Amino acid sequence: MEAYLYTALFAPFVGSLFAAMFSNRPKNLVAGIAASTLLFVSWISSVVLLLHVAHGEVVHVKMMDWIQAGGLAIPFGFVVDQVSATMMFVVTTVSTVVHVYSIGYMDHDKSFNRFFAWLSAFVFSMMILVMSDNFAGLFIGWEGVGLCSWALIGFWYERDSASWAASEAFIMNRIADLGMLIGIFLVYWNFGSLQYDVVFSQVNGMESSILMLVTAFLFIGAMGKSAQFPLHTWLADAMEGPTPVSALIHAATMVTAGVYLVIRANPLYGEVPEVSHFIAGLGAFVAIFAASMALVNRDLKRIIAYSTLSQLGYMFVAAGLGAYWIALFHLMTHAFFKALLFLGAGNVMHAMNDELDIFKMGGLAKKMKWTMIMMTLASLALAGIYPFAGFFSKDKILEAAFATEHYVLWTTLWVTAGLTAFYSFRLVMLVFFGEERYKIFGFHPHEAYKYMLWAMAPLAVLAVIAGFFEHDFVHFVSNMLPIEEYHVSSSTFWTLVAVTLGIAVTGIAVAVFAYSRGGFSKKLEKTFIYKLLFNQYYIPKLYDDFICKPYAEISRIFWKDLDLKVVDATVDLIAGTIYKLGMVSRVVQSGNLSNMLRWMGVGLLALLLAAILYSPIR
Amino acid sequence: MITLSHYLILSAILFCIGLVGIYRRKNLLMLLFSTEILLNATNVGFAAISKFYGDLTGQMFAFFIVAVAASEVAVGLGLMIVWYKRRGTLDIDSMQSMHG
Repeated sequence: MEAYLYTALFAPFVGSLFAAMFSNRPKNLVAGIAASTLLFVSWISSVVLLLHVAHGEVVHVKMMDWIQAGGLAIPFGFVVDQVSATMMFVVTTVSTVVHVYSIGYMDHDKSFNRFFAWLSAFVFSMMILVMSDNFAGLFIGWEGVGLCSWALIGFWYERDSASWAASEAFIMNRIADLGMLIGIFLVYWNFGSLQYDVVFSQVNGMESSILMLVTAFLFIGAMGKSAQFPLHTWLADAMEGPTPVSALIHAATMVTAGVYLVIRANPLYGEVPEVSHFIAGLGAFVAIFAASMALVNRDLKRIIAYSTLSQLGYMFVAAGLGAYWIALFHLMTHAFFKALLFLGAGNVMHAMNDELDIFKMGGLAKKMKWTMIMMTLASLALAGIYPFAGFFSKDKILEAAFATEHYVLWTTLWVTAGLTAFYSFRLVMLVFFGEERYKIFGFHPHEAYKYMLWAMAPLAVLAVIAGFFEHDFVHFVSNMLPIEEYHVSSSTFWTLVAVTLGIAVTGIAVAVFAYSRGGFSKKLEKTFIYKLLFNQYYIPKLYDDFICKPYAEISRIFWKDLDLKVVDATVDLIAGTIYKLGMVSRVVQSGNLSNMLRWMGVGLLALLLAAILYSPIR
Repeated sequence: MITLSHYLILSAILFCIGLVGIYRRKNLLMLLFSTEILLNATNVGFAAISKFYGDLTGQMFAFFIVAVAASEVAVGLGLMIVWYKRRGTLDIDSMQSMHG
């Protein structure tokens, strides 16, 4: 099994290095195909491992010692248990699909090879993140995916907006990673180790205040990576990157790393209800907050990005309520249908020459039948309609919230479910149905390559059927995660299902009805609420005015007044003094032999005197 | 009676003469002579102390110095002749091409 583990881990790395060899060369199809093939190999290994650990065994290897300093011993150790096997399966599945899809999507890009180098490097980092058996390895993967995310958001770095968005994502994540690092330090300080098994076995004897600090700081890290409020602004801007990147990194894998961290550290989080409640509350808030912004946005990819944010909120609610397996289950189903949705959006963008405004599209169903079908499937799954994948996982979250008597959370999530259904179908209606507005703008849409559609097919299948594996999944993760049975009477249960389905169907119906008749009246756009939502609650502007601008001003003051006038001046003074001393003393070097001999005599005398005065024998 | 002190005083006087020669003279040839005086001043010292302690090492060392001085003169004189042929003078004040 070790061989499979190393194959799963290092195949993407080899693919990345291979593609990187051609990074400055013109497009080389081999780079893309090799990277995709190696990803496929990694996928096969992950599936083998998944089947292996399904019997309840855990594969744990120590590759080598990494840090050995005093009491600190951190090995490069990897563990494949039920949780990491699930993550590996999700990551490799989505990334294999995205790799194959990208061969078509990046077809005309001059940096084709560089794209694959970074994309495979991302998968490698993500695999380290999920497979590491200690917090330090997790952090390495965490930073690795951050770096690759930066490079891929800013992939078209010649655009100012792209490099700005890349830096924004990177800086936001650095802020959160400071919290994460402090959390890891606290873990080491209090538990004396960073190995998961060692740390989790000591949880019972720990003071709750320490656990609270540890979990809170680790969660700050998770908030950054999973783009939770108030660190959420980077995710929507990250849509500047190529669409396959959005599908892989900013929907399916990297942004779920925060959820993974909470799930992985569930023995810690299970002991501190305060922090867990906060996580659940924040999750519910982000769910409705992001969904409300998605309602009015006009940008195809940003709508999907906000929906990702909203679904991450759902996952955090589940994790905060202690239903870790539901969080992981929703993470998995979400990865499939959201990646599918993004790849569909990529097809639409290609067809529309990178136009993103959904009000300039419409009626594309005729030209892009298969893309339409797949995006509708994904939207149905996202809206939580039976029997699609999203129904099972989302319904479970609502059920958990209801059963644990968190009615506020339940109501919030319930309303969000309605909003989700509405904005998903608003998007589908505006893009694929109704008036063919693209003709006014002179676009000539066309369906994507056949193999790109075939590449998306596995995701479409998974988005439909993944929900039916719920019971197998529960059985599968029951070794690792606490499984709580929620006791609601069967009548309440069916009422809940009906109510949830009801609001989702209502949302879809409203969207279909309204947009098949040309949408809402323009008057709504004048209202305060529309403007508030359209400007993302003015949060980017607030950040700009109250954080970025003062920070820039302070930096300018430090530069002009402190750095130039104090630091530079001191350094210049030292250098100037030494230079002047040199100018003064260079006359000594007269080149005259008598002079030099005289100096030699003086030196001899001085040394002689010193020898006599400080002689040890006296 | 001539004692060790007399020899050492002679050695010191010779050394001082050599030192003054090095400092005061401007002719490179004279500098070479002064160096010889310095070396021989130490030789006198070595020989005297060797005799005083009955240890031949000092006298052997003096021989070494004589040998070194001879080879030094051989090399030094050769260089000086070349220099004189080129510049027509041995005044050390004229040798300042490497001043700072």
